[in-house]
Amino acid sequence: MPFIPHTAADTAAMLRAIGVADIEALFDEIPDRLRSTPSGTPRAGLSEMEMRRRFAERAAQDATGPCFVGAGCYDHHIPAAVWDLASRGEFMTAYTPYQAEASQGTLQVIYEFQTMLCELTGMDACNASVYEGGAGLAEAVLMAVRANRKAARAGWPRTVPMAGAVHPLYVQATRSIVCNQGIDVPMLPYGDDGRVDLTALDGLAAPPVALVVQQPNFFGVLEDVDAIADWAAERGTLLVACVNPLSLALLKPPSAWGSAGADIVCGDGQPLGVPMASGGPSFGFLCSRQALVRQLPGRIVGRTEDAHGEPGFTLTLQAREQHIRRAKATSNICTNQGLLVTAATIHMSLLGAAGLREVAAASCAKTRELIHALRRPRRFSAPCFHECVIDLGCPATPVVEALARDGVLGGLALGPYFAELAHCVLVCATERRTSAEIERFATALRGALSN
Amino acid sequence: MGAQTIFDLSQPGRGAGAQRPSPAAVDDLPAELRRDAAPRLPQVSELQALRHYTNLSRANFSIDSQFYPLGSCTMKYNPRGAHRAASEPGFLTRHPLAPASVSQGFLACLHDLQEILKNAAGMPAMSLTPMAGAQGEFAGVAMIRAWHDAQGDASRREILVPAGAHGTNPATAAMCGCTVREVAVRDHGDVDLDALKAAVGANTAGLMMTNPSTCGVFERRVTDIAAIVHDAGGLLYYDGANLNAILGKAKPGDMGFDVLHFNLHKTFATPHGGGGPGAGPVGATARLAPFLPGPIVERTDGGYQWAEPPQSIGRLSAFMGNAGILLRALAYALMLGTEGERRVGEFATLNANYLAARLKDAGFDLAWPQRRASHEFIITLAALARRHGVTAMDFAKRLLDFGVHAPTTYFPLMVPECLLIEPTETECKEELDAFVAAMERILAEARDDPETVRTAPHTMPVKRLDDVKAARELDLRWRPQ
Repeated sequence: MPFIPHTAADTAAMLRAIGVADIEALFDEIPDRLRSTPSGTPRAGLSEMEMRRRFAERAAQDATGPCFVGAGCYDHHIPAAVWDLASRGEFMTAYTPYQAEASQGTLQVIYEFQTMLCELTGMDACNASVYEGGAGLAEAVLMAVRANRKAARAGWPRTVPMAGAVHPLYVQATRSIVCNQGIDVPMLPYGDDGRVDLTALDGLAAPPVALVVQQPNFFGVLEDVDAIADWAAERGTLLVACVNPLSLALLKPPSAWGSAGADIVCGDGQPLGVPMASGGPSFGFLCSRQALVRQLPGRIVGRTEDAHGEPGFTLTLQAREQHIRRAKATSNICTNQGLLVTAATIHMSLLGAAGLREVAAASCAKTRELIHALRRPRRFSAPCFHECVIDLGCPATPVVEALARDGVLGGLALGPYFAELAHCVLVCATERRTSAEIERFATALRGALSN
Repeated sequence: MGAQTIFDLSQPGRGAGAQRPSPAAVDDLPAELRRDAAPRLPQVSELQALRHYTNLSRANFSIDSQFYPLGSCTMKYNPRGAHRAASEPGFLTRHPLAPASVSQGFLACLHDLQEILKNAAGMPAMSLTPMAGAQGEFAGVAMIRAWHDAQGDASRREILVPAGAHGTNPATAAMCGCTVREVAVRDHGDVDLDALKAAVGANTAGLMMTNPSTCGVFERRVTDIAAIVHDAGGLLYYDGANLNAILGKAKPGDMGFDVLHFNLHKTFATPHGGGGPGAGPVGATARLAPFLPGPIVERTDGGYQWAEPPQSIGRLSAFMGNAGILLRALAYALMLGTEGERRVGEFATLNANYLAARLKDAGFDLAWPQRRASHEFIITLAALARRHGVTAMDFAKRLLDFGVHAPTTYFPLMVPECLLIEPTETECKEELDAFVAAMERILAEARDDPETVRTAPHTMPVKRLDDVKAARELDLRWRPQ
């Protein structure tokens, strides 16, 4: 009984208080034929030491050399203090802060988080986070369709096109989630520069309800966001911006795109202090203009006053949420990734604007060093951020496999996602990659290509 | 503590110097895409940040510091060993898109967890990707919808839920493009079978329910319910919110359910993290297995591989859901073993029935006194509210002063002035007795000094907060004075 504290005397006293002979009697309302008899091979419980040994062996199996894969999950430095603090039991084992008076720590952290994300994105409001980037994009699309009243009045089709280089796995997740509400998510083509080609939208009878663009896009390429934002604003199309929050330390915030800015901003917070950890848990964020605040899904924290007029924090606008509004809620979500938000808030406090800017710049510089060292052509001509598509001139999947066997995670082979890019890899070098590691990758790649 | 934020501590020019990389210039980013004004993030020293967040953590209740008898939430001990196991460097540094050839350790863990959960569910197929209970529900209803569509029956778009269902059930149905119809619950806590028979029909996609139900009792006629829904052409969804009650004792697959989700952050002891992350794996019977969300892990002669179910409803996240939570759940399950799983259900039920008996003796009204409690039970303070003007919310807030997190209040909605109480199996008898003593004391206060109860809490960092002001005068972010 690894975590059950009852002594035999406790159990006996408790059964007496209830008035039954044994524990089995407490299950007498379950029909006999539904009571499980042990099936399969019994599995003996392990001690913590034995369990840890098994995990350590398996984790060691997966240890690889330097990571040059990005594609939505990045190997950045995380200050030691971030997870020392976030792993405190008071943060890690707390429940959702519904009892506000007993949850001021978590609530204030979320309020600070909301502020930091508003600062990075330039938007008016931010929610307390959603699951992660892909599911967050789905929520952003659903929100845009709800929020575009003009489109609803005019009867525009429920179509939300995505720029061709939005993360393909985000697109897949979004489609799975929004298709049940009759929302169509077509892909726009990308050009030889790697940027979206909006001319595909010319000549439509009605403009789309919303448009999704990612900056930097999946190829690492920087989109012409001013032109895209103006295109959307002129037509009454809501613009959903999917962004890497770290990049916003250097890049123009979505609120400043074009003359009107983006309407909804989403993305994945992993670059802000969350380990790669197989991609999860991470967190998604969702920011909006003030006018759309009541369409945001999920939790939101507000500052208020207590009965003595002192400041305090509480969950607010709960009338949007499933536990109040039920079938009419903005979403069924009842999670915010609280622990990851806590880590990200601490991370941003330690790095500050200057630190984030330096990490972003160092990552861009390392990626340029990598491109130079690999000596293979870039596939797309437009400027890139800290990721880049490289053309290997031969099918990329076996090369990436060979590099992995050689101890280098040498980018992501793009064939499974874009058939026309089967010879290409998407590579990334964060600030953590050393020149020696870059040289090791370059050497390994030359070896793999010459075989 | 007031409400001094990290921004109030900020001073221009200060920072945590040790965290800064060496400066690098990037001169090829187009000027028109660059930012001109820096975001106003805090400028604080490492020690200032450390103290600020340490002190904030101390303004929280948590399982590590308090008893949390929070009904329907299963706030049991979160073993530190599981946290450490999932934090092995090889797991923390694994990139989600690393080739399967260099991911065999991780994939083996996921495969082991799939097998353990299949056994606990009594179902032959399992997908681990949903990132929370609500996403598991979404997957389940989307699968039900896709199955009907695959049978050429696209008219089935109505989801039935028992009255008192958790709010996510109707919200999920709506998100899946379905409508919702409630089915009445009779006064002993079981679903009204006549009402169910009247409700099912050619539009019925399925029924969503928990068992034990949100009333805290085992639905005794669950197999009859399953037969009624199946005979009408519908499917049954099991919401795993209350699975802790019957872990190792009964299996949803045996009850006639077609698809279910687990809440690993409840039943498998992963930490709640102040609101998340959780994980909500979905299990399915053979006929629904092809529709599971991907990816799932398959074992082949050549090792473990990712696989997509053939008629999958698709992916629900970019990568593998909340992978780190899955690892923690596996660590916990390995420490339990099959015998340990059974004892979870047994001792969770023992603790709940003990508390129910003690509170009844202390003068509290059980919502269903004639029924056996499951892992949780409901008391109603309606009579007390009438007599002394003290509500369930007042009771909940006053409990905070006794170092006990409030039980779930006002849920299920059909029981007036209710507290839903779930002690979990990891609390010892002394803790339960202390809770009873606190409840008795508050009951006496309600009689003799109701104002103390009405104005509680008195010992928290803040007094009762003004929710109306929070919603009317929205202040969602700090701004410089």
